[in-house]
Amino acid sequence: MKFGVVTFPGSNCDYDAYTAIKVLGEEVDFLWHKSPDLQNSDVIILPGGFSYGDYLRSGAIARFSPIMKSVKKFAGSGGPVIGICNGFQVLLESGLLPGALLRNSHLRFSGKYIYIRVENNSTIFTSACQPGEILKIPIAHMDGNYYNFDGEIEELKKHSQIIFRYCDKDGNTNDLGNPNGSVYNIAGISNKEGNVIGMMPHPERAVEELLGSSDGLRIFESIAKSFSKGLAVERA
Amino acid sequence: MSNKKATVFVRLKDGVLDPQGITIQKAILNMGYDQVVSVRSGRFFELEIKAESDNTTEKIDQICSKLLSNPVIENYTVEYE
Repeated sequence: MKFGVVTFPGSNCDYDAYTAIKVLGEEVDFLWHKSPDLQNSDVIILPGGFSYGDYLRSGAIARFSPIMKSVKKFAGSGGPVIGICNGFQVLLESGLLPGALLRNSHLRFSGKYIYIRVENNSTIFTSACQPGEILKIPIAHMDGNYYNFDGEIEELKKHSQIIFRYCDKDGNTNDLGNPNGSVYNIAGISNKEGNVIGMMPHPERAVEELLGSSDGLRIFESIAKSFSKGLAVERA
Repeated sequence: MSNKKATVFVRLKDGVLDPQGITIQKAILNMGYDQVVSVRSGRFFELEIKAESDNTTEKIDQICSKLLSNPVIENYTVEYE
């Protein structure tokens, strides 16, 4: 299987994502934002960073780049897409995921290890995780405060679209474990179909113990596991 | 004919948390002005438009809803001159 990592002007976690896939042991290539060619990738990663300088709103401009048309089509045909941090912001702005990310409630940039709890392990991206598994993964963002209206949050719950929630090290989803004020401690969500996921924490920065944690690898292992079990996507 | 001008104001919808507004309001209180009970932040854009263009309002609306505002959390208004 082959991963494609999109590079927007201002992406700065594209090499981390690339390296994480190398650590996983799968094929990976960079995809340039100006080209609509997904180079036969089986999975698309929208990496973190500050695409287009975060001008206007985080992710608002990247959404209109030529590659995003192809990513939307790919996602529409069931192709797995994961947006990390700024990539999550791009997915929300594109309408591929519901909701919005506001400025952190404390107004500061936050870069540190946090804990998230796996709320749904039946997705492509969490299939190798245990239900309720606690992952130690770093965050690094200014606009990570997930927001949606109450009714929409209920919809997300109803369709098991809340994939990760911030928690303390024991797995309690309390205020103490919530680093940015996100509604319902939401750290990552999927679309209804389950093939598009966005998350603020950076799994690609936690793939080797040397870095402080290898829990991030669980996400990429899940994708590989889902593929080995026969997740094949017809390419458009 | 001189170019037209549209000024777009983007505001957070009622009920959407505005951490910047809250912080600014606190600063105002700290300055000693206790009259101000709330602050909501927003932004504006000035667009210069070719004088001879058609369907200006419709097109500006498209620009506002597709790019300048995020309809999930924001509303916009436009003033023309």
